Amino acid sequence: METPEQIKARIEAAVPSAKIEILANECALGERSLLVEAASGFAVARFLRDDAQLKLDYCSNVTGVDWPDKELTEKIKVKQVVDGVEKEIEEVKKTIRPGFLEVVYHLYSMELKHGPFVLRMRTENRAAKTHLPSLTPLWRGAEFQEREVYDLYGVFFDGHPDLRRILMWDEFVGFPMRRDYVAPDDFEYEPTPHDEVLVEARKHYQVEPKAEVKA
Amino acid sequence: MNTVAAMPPKSFEVKPKLDESGTPIGELLEISMGPHHPSTHGVFRMDVVLDGETVVKLKPVFGYLHRNHEKIGENISYLASMPYTDRLDYFCSMTNNWAYALTVEKLAGLAVPERAEYIRVIMAELTRLQNHTCLIGFFVQDMGALGTPMMYAFREREKILDLFESVSGARMMCNYMRFGGVRVDVNDEWIVQTKKVVADYSKFLDEFGTFLTENEIVLARTQFIGVMSKELAINASITGPMLRAAGVNYDLRKVDKYGIYDRFNFQVPVGEHGDIYDRYMIRVLEMRESIKILEQALRDIPTGPVMDPKSKLRGFRPKPGEVYGRVEGPKGELGFYLISDGSPNPYRYRVRPPSFVNLTVLEDMCLGHRISDAVVILGSVDIVLGEVDR
Repeated sequence: METPEQIKARIEAAVPSAKIEILANECALGERSLLVEAASGFAVARFLRDDAQLKLDYCSNVTGVDWPDKELTEKIKVKQVVDGVEKEIEEVKKTIRPGFLEVVYHLYSMELKHGPFVLRMRTENRAAKTHLPSLTPLWRGAEFQEREVYDLYGVFFDGHPDLRRILMWDEFVGFPMRRDYVAPDDFEYEPTPHDEVLVEARKHYQVEPKAEVKA
Repeated sequence: MNTVAAMPPKSFEVKPKLDESGTPIGELLEISMGPHHPSTHGVFRMDVVLDGETVVKLKPVFGYLHRNHEKIGENISYLASMPYTDRLDYFCSMTNNWAYALTVEKLAGLAVPERAEYIRVIMAELTRLQNHTCLIGFFVQDMGALGTPMMYAFREREKILDLFESVSGARMMCNYMRFGGVRVDVNDEWIVQTKKVVADYSKFLDEFGTFLTENEIVLARTQFIGVMSKELAINASITGPMLRAAGVNYDLRKVDKYGIYDRFNFQVPVGEHGDIYDRYMIRVLEMRESIKILEQALRDIPTGPVMDPKSKLRGFRPKPGEVYGRVEGPKGELGFYLISDGSPNPYRYRVRPPSFVNLTVLEDMCLGHRISDAVVILGSVDIVLGEVDR
């Protein structure tokens, strides 16, 4: 298969509006991936499927990844005038990379028997703007897996034919695979709680001290 | 957990059947098949809308066995996930182990010794034999042959499970493979016993085939039922025997040549019609090919170590990066996707389950057939709910 650089150049020729970035992979045997902007995601995916040299007709794996806000520290040298003498001082600069949700597609070609090609799309943030184009109209195989990503991560796929929860039940609130998800308290009722179970029990029920039994 | 259980599904509902102008001309019956139904192979539910006995709509409902396997995998070390992978597809713990070990080896750049590669192939092919045998047993049971054919299949499966037990200590939850090899070596006596089981297996397949392959009832219930076209199979990411029954020659043992599969002489059976009978036949032929691979592997297995001396099990921290690894499981492509951030636990641990994705086209295959055929079609998909729901 062609290198990611070649594929990127050909996509840019075919879909001029596409903004594509090649992401490095530090693992030697792993594949590098192409990050595509959500707006042009569907057009790029259609190009990848229909292009005669690629023919990525098989969408094997669809998955979500949660990247919360991350504090990046960077050491920079700053020139400062200290007591009339110019000195170079190292300063630690902290920047916050805003969090986002990412959807990863692993594409193969059954006809030409090559792959994988890794396509990624990112949402704007993790709270309100978590919409991405659905690729189910191109590959039916993404249908259940995109539903799973919606169910567990909360990515809304625009254009999905049947976007419902799939593994959790419909009334469930929250997205359990997000890294800041807090699981509900694991508490079991005991008739006579004591020690740490009593502390837990007070959170769940107002435990009244029992009235003394009259003789 | 103080979670509120989902509302129990309604067991049935009657809906009006309308003609094109919208006037009612009869009734449609919506029934909930499962989750506790012997034909669903576990806790699986189908919301079926019936016109008489004909299926007009079918929606699969999952999640009754969901335990968020992937979240568990993110909170424990790489090695600690190995026994959990046994519980995905509990018929095929050996291939699940292999898929996970293969992915981590790719991530960390570990080599696997010769002998361990051969042992892995032997284990994977034995798993394929017992999975396909059981599946055929179940699926004949779905057609109404209660008990006896399944017991024939389980009798043979026992022999393979005995082999697994003697080498790994467990019959189903083997937890046998490790990153860079396998946990314990097999001895010569085990090889002799396995050779005997493999030699007898062809006879069993002949016998089983005599009962089923040209059986009039099997033919009537399976031919031209649940047909899936080649185009739909590719587009819907169907893998494994289901895909090959639809006429696509795509077997990861040939395409990826993972492990040492390029050394063996075997063929990939491909179907023509994509119906249930082809799916049955593909599995029978695949078992014959597995026997060929097993004979070659048992003949050629070299001596030597079974673990890469450089791999360490404790304090295992692969460098940052991400990989996707996949093997040809008995049910289809089983993939693992791992992202490492350099810590002892994976940042992202994803399982690509074959039977979950293969269920995508269940509705397309069942529409227009009778409810009794829907049961057999589901049986021919070969699902295990431990893997579907994860």
